[in-house]
Amino acid sequence: MREMISMVVVLTVLSAFSGGMLAAVRTGTQDKIENQVLKFQKAPAIKKILSDVSNDPLQDRFKLMDNEEEITFFVGKVDNKPQSIAFEGKGKGYGGDVGLMVGVNIETDSIIGVWVTTHSETPGLGSRAKDNPDFVSQFAGMGLDKVFAVKSDDGAIDAMSGATITSKAVCMAAKQAQELYLRLKPEIQKQTQQMAN
Amino acid sequence: MAQSMVKEFTKGLWAEIPPFRLVLGLCPVLAVTKSVENGIGMGIATTFVLVCSNFLVSLLRNIIPTKVRIACFIVIIATFVTVVELMMQAYTYPLFLKLGIFIPLIVVNCIVLGRAEAFAFKNAPHLAIADGLGMGIGFTLSLGALGAVRECLGNGTILGNTVFGPDFQPFTFMVEAPGAFVCLGLMLCLMNLIGKK
Repeated sequence: MREMISMVVVLTVLSAFSGGMLAAVRTGTQDKIENQVLKFQKAPAIKKILSDVSNDPLQDRFKLMDNEEEITFFVGKVDNKPQSIAFEGKGKGYGGDVGLMVGVNIETDSIIGVWVTTHSETPGLGSRAKDNPDFVSQFAGMGLDKVFAVKSDDGAIDAMSGATITSKAVCMAAKQAQELYLRLKPEIQKQTQQMAN
Repeated sequence: MAQSMVKEFTKGLWAEIPPFRLVLGLCPVLAVTKSVENGIGMGIATTFVLVCSNFLVSLLRNIIPTKVRIACFIVIIATFVTVVELMMQAYTYPLFLKLGIFIPLIVVNCIVLGRAEAFAFKNAPHLAIADGLGMGIGFTLSLGALGAVRECLGNGTILGNTVFGPDFQPFTFMVEAPGAFVCLGLMLCLMNLIGKK
């Protein structure tokens, strides 16, 4: 009985200590990690999409809450006037979540361009969504009233051969971004107008 | 005391160098040694976990009940691995992206658990630290050496610097999975030849 109690006590204390330590480290590194993710994953995608803006979209960003989830929007300005925003949508791919940075022209409500930020798809097959811009370039110029789906799902997007699930995941991410934009549009407009002043 | 510490430290560098002599922890050895940078990064992360877990296990060796020792070891090791993972995310993000899943997998690396069970649980903390440091550095050196051979032949570079002239045709087999086995086998053979004399 004594042995039993000591086993339970030791394991409990050890786990509690470990939990406390991890919480401390996590809190300590959280901001730093967020900056790193921004710098290495989102910045290249944003630069590709919002290539003709005159400001730094990484600096002009704001956050909005959507169903308990915090979403960061990056604003692109031309002549100090907010013209476009970029934000991330997610879709379920073959190896995990596929993150898609979506750039939207806020005046015409159409897509400027999309770019894959994170994925864990098969190298050489699904990974082409990120490495080869041909597939994602199909989204450029599409209006946000369109349906984003591959042709086999009655959409207008040509899927990549050998990577149907990844193609669908990218469409799903675009669709999620589209819904998000339409849902939060009033708030986005409010925020960008504030930035214009 | 100093003498026994030196003895525990140096055995990890040659006589019991982990991947070659103990042939332990081969999963990361084969998977991440595509380049010197990856190999050494993985080695340093493992060394940190090994030293910390060895120290803590040795410190608690009289408190931890023998029946639940493995569970306790795993809790301790997993905690340090998560600390390393968060730290790498915060400070060396590109390396973190390259090593990917193999960082969390240090938890199940046989060397770490093996040293906790075979050495740290039976010896005083200062010896356990020396042992962990020696094993860790031995592991790092092995990964670095294997990475150097594979990167040099398979990619024509070392730490990103070109070593051969422009006419060099990369021996791509070396940076793929089968190349890792062949390379490891040849290095084991070489180590045994030198050791025999």
